[in-house]
Amino acid sequence: MAEAAGNLAVEAAEENRPGPGNVGDRVFNGTLWALGVMVLVVAGLIVLNLALVARPLAKEHSLWGFITSSEWNPVDDRYGALPFLYGTLVTSALSILMAVPVAIGLALFITQFAPAKLGRVLTIPVELLAAIPSVVYGLWGLFIVVPWLRESIQPWLGRHFGFLPLFQGPPIGLGFLAAGAILAVMILPTVVSVSVEVMKTTPEANREAALALGATKWEAVMLAVIPYSRAGILGAVLLGLGRALGETMAVTMVIGNSPRISASLFAAGYSLPAVIANEFAEAVSDVHIGALAGLGLILFATTFLLNAGARILVTAVQKGPSRISG
Amino acid sequence: MKKFLMGLLLVAGSTASAQSLLINGAGATFPAPLYQKWFSEYNKINPNLKFNYQAIGSGGGIKQFSEGTVDFGATDAPMKDDQIAKVPDVVHIPTVLGAVVVAYNAPGLKNLRFSGETLADIFSGKITKWNDPAIAADNPGVKMPDQSITIARRSDGSGTNAIFTDYLSKVSPEFKTKVGSGTSVNWPVGLGGKGNDGVTGLIKSTPGSIGYVELAYALQQKLTVAEIKNKDGNWVKPSIESTTAAAAGVEMPADYRVSITNAAGKDSWPIAGFTWLLVHKDMKDQAKGTAMVNFLRWALTDGEKMATPLDYAPLPQPVQERVMKTIDTLTVNGTKVSAK
Amino acid sequence: MSLHSSFTYRKAVDRGMAGLCAVFFALAFVPLISVLWLVISKGAAGLSWGFFTQLPKPVGEEGGGIGNALIGTLFMVGIACVAGLPLGVGAGIYLAEKGDGTFGSTVRFVAEVLSGVPSIVVGIVAYALVVKPMGHFSALAGGVALAILMIPTVARTTEELVRLVPGSLREASLALGVPNWKTSLRVIIRTAMGGIVTACLLAVARAAGETAPLIFTALNNQYWNVDPRAPTASLTVAIYNYAISPYDDWHAKAWTASLVLLIVVGLLNIASRYLTRSRLKGAR
Repeated sequence: MAEAAGNLAVEAAEENRPGPGNVGDRVFNGTLWALGVMVLVVAGLIVLNLALVARPLAKEHSLWGFITSSEWNPVDDRYGALPFLYGTLVTSALSILMAVPVAIGLALFITQFAPAKLGRVLTIPVELLAAIPSVVYGLWGLFIVVPWLRESIQPWLGRHFGFLPLFQGPPIGLGFLAAGAILAVMILPTVVSVSVEVMKTTPEANREAALALGATKWEAVMLAVIPYSRAGILGAVLLGLGRALGETMAVTMVIGNSPRISASLFAAGYSLPAVIANEFAEAVSDVHIGALAGLGLILFATTFLLNAGARILVTAVQKGPSRISG
Repeated sequence: MKKFLMGLLLVAGSTASAQSLLINGAGATFPAPLYQKWFSEYNKINPNLKFNYQAIGSGGGIKQFSEGTVDFGATDAPMKDDQIAKVPDVVHIPTVLGAVVVAYNAPGLKNLRFSGETLADIFSGKITKWNDPAIAADNPGVKMPDQSITIARRSDGSGTNAIFTDYLSKVSPEFKTKVGSGTSVNWPVGLGGKGNDGVTGLIKSTPGSIGYVELAYALQQKLTVAEIKNKDGNWVKPSIESTTAAAAGVEMPADYRVSITNAAGKDSWPIAGFTWLLVHKDMKDQAKGTAMVNFLRWALTDGEKMATPLDYAPLPQPVQERVMKTIDTLTVNGTKVSAK
Repeated sequence: MSLHSSFTYRKAVDRGMAGLCAVFFALAFVPLISVLWLVISKGAAGLSWGFFTQLPKPVGEEGGGIGNALIGTLFMVGIACVAGLPLGVGAGIYLAEKGDGTFGSTVRFVAEVLSGVPSIVVGIVAYALVVKPMGHFSALAGGVALAILMIPTVARTTEELVRLVPGSLREASLALGVPNWKTSLRVIIRTAMGGIVTACLLAVARAAGETAPLIFTALNNQYWNVDPRAPTASLTVAIYNYAISPYDDWHAKAWTASLVLLIVVGLLNIASRYLTRSRLKGAR
């Protein structure tokens, strides 16, 4: 390394005078700055294009009307986002409910309860889960999870908990429950890996102090690790939620593609990304296309807010002061 | 560096295409099995001509053709006047006839029959169980299970959907007001499948389901199909014969846009329909336009012979003759294309 | 309550919770093993030379393969790399070197926003930006969509990696009289290069697995294609079409194509892991 730098120094002495104002520096800095601008340009293009494509929608629909209407009628060009908002919300909430406890337990296991060397190895299955493409999850969901739900889980739930509107209706396998379950598997790696990162930043001193005072491992976790990483774990959950909202293929393959709002988890539904994927290539009227782009804008805005919030929480934990009790 | 690589790619791409021609089309899933066969066979005769047909639904076919993103379209729902206004030089070329059938997944119930009104009530969500009195009335003596009906219908813009809802709207004014007809309608119930394939898959895998698909798909996948009462009051099975009967008395308008649902005739299948290829009257690309016209000539002669084995009905003779004359009027850059 | 029993209780809770966490770990294993086992067992049977080299056949005909889909994925990912990686890496370097002012913070924030855009929305944008002006579907449009997806993650990872390079290296280089820009290029970035390549490989792995943005940008193609102006098949869209069809032999093809996709993604991940390890070994 020193040798290389030495060679460079000789070159430099022969070619350029070092210091600001020389041509090399100006070109380099200029190129870098231009690349930074390009990022802004790309982002601007995205927002601009979405807004432009969505404009015809605004002529006939008010924002409030669009968000609250549950009519999706291409024949009369009347569109409402409500069934898709509902579907996206239900499936994402379901996936968070199923994935977060498992994810936190897993992260705790990796960082607190397993021996350190084992902990590194244990992250491998989590990374494998993250690497599997969405369409493969959809395939697995369609041929394995859906029949399993239809033949075993849903009938059982219907028999024992059928008094709740959540578990009523014929067991068809496809629907909110299937989509929520597969999404849970898909967001698990995200929540786990960020939680592990956050938990690792807990100052060892806090944990050791608790242990020195006679706490069991679990109590040390509850006293030192969880309070410190609470905000970061919330950030991890938000990131997972953001991923769940935007997930397209696996959901569209198992949710049943029905723009209906239903209290039952057994019912078929629709999500924002799924309807865009199914209808965009063939929406004929500008208003229809505008409605789909409008759904895209809602999706974009929501995931942006979630990601921004998550980032704030996670960086705050990684840089913030430590506390023993919360 | 980037420009150089892009240049390389373009050169590679264009040298490849100098030797073979790629013609892109998109549209209906209704005739897709037959069209795939046609394009595959035609490619064997003319290895330089590649027709890339993507079955994305009639709605998609109309849209992509109107936008000019594909060279030809395919649809079982003729374009409406306001859609034609966007592409005034569109020509509808009817190719074959198909039947939309009602298929269901109810083990043990082999030969169910439905009248038009019953079907309309099922698909509008009014009838929700298999043992509903209306269904029992259509099927006297058959023990119907106390099970919920799950509807399988199209989630994409579909000509099959248009033909089916057109029929239901004709036999049930209530259906017409509540749901309406067209390539995309506001279905009050049902699981959405993508393409005829998607709906077939839903029916196959969901016990207690009922849906509508093109005859070829139902036969190929061995789905149980229902008999329907036609306009004359007879119970008819879907078949090539009953499909051909439905088109027998058709008054074909000059632009070939016609509906033959709920046709009169004692053997007519009530949910039959033509399917069309959409092309421009005057095509701008010399090579592609010539290839397209020659392909159409082959399809409407040799291609028609492949229809029956794949469960489609060939065009009635008088219609076929008229279509051949229409093909002769298609031009490429103002000049007609002489037959090879 | 004696001290002893209270301690026993606490110990029991400790053991119990540790056990619960272990159970959760096993629970996470179940879907992973299920997916991998099924893809391998159902997909392996269909692997053959023909599967990799042939074009798809129409419904009902035997045989056929995903040759064009495989080439299509590689082709579009290639376009995405050419269009997206230089921009992503460059932006990351910018943020690390010059990104401390207000403009830098804005760019960083925007990159953060971009990384959260769902892939289907990127598909809409690519349709508006490339498909509409060109007038037809194309591999280029698909590649552009994938590039937009790759840029933010590559930029952020590159920035982190470049920032990790010790400041002492820069100071030593400057002290020896090397101009600032050369220091950045030949010393700082060269050191971080291994990590940057890793980040790029991971971005490529992710792009190879994308489906949604390709559906209405590259559409699909029954034939071989290396023309960026023409529609193109891709492995992911092929899997999707096979999976939602009602044909059993197409379902089998979906599993086999998934196996191929997993192998491709797996190889890329292994390559990036190998590079990280050798970089850490060789670091001076």
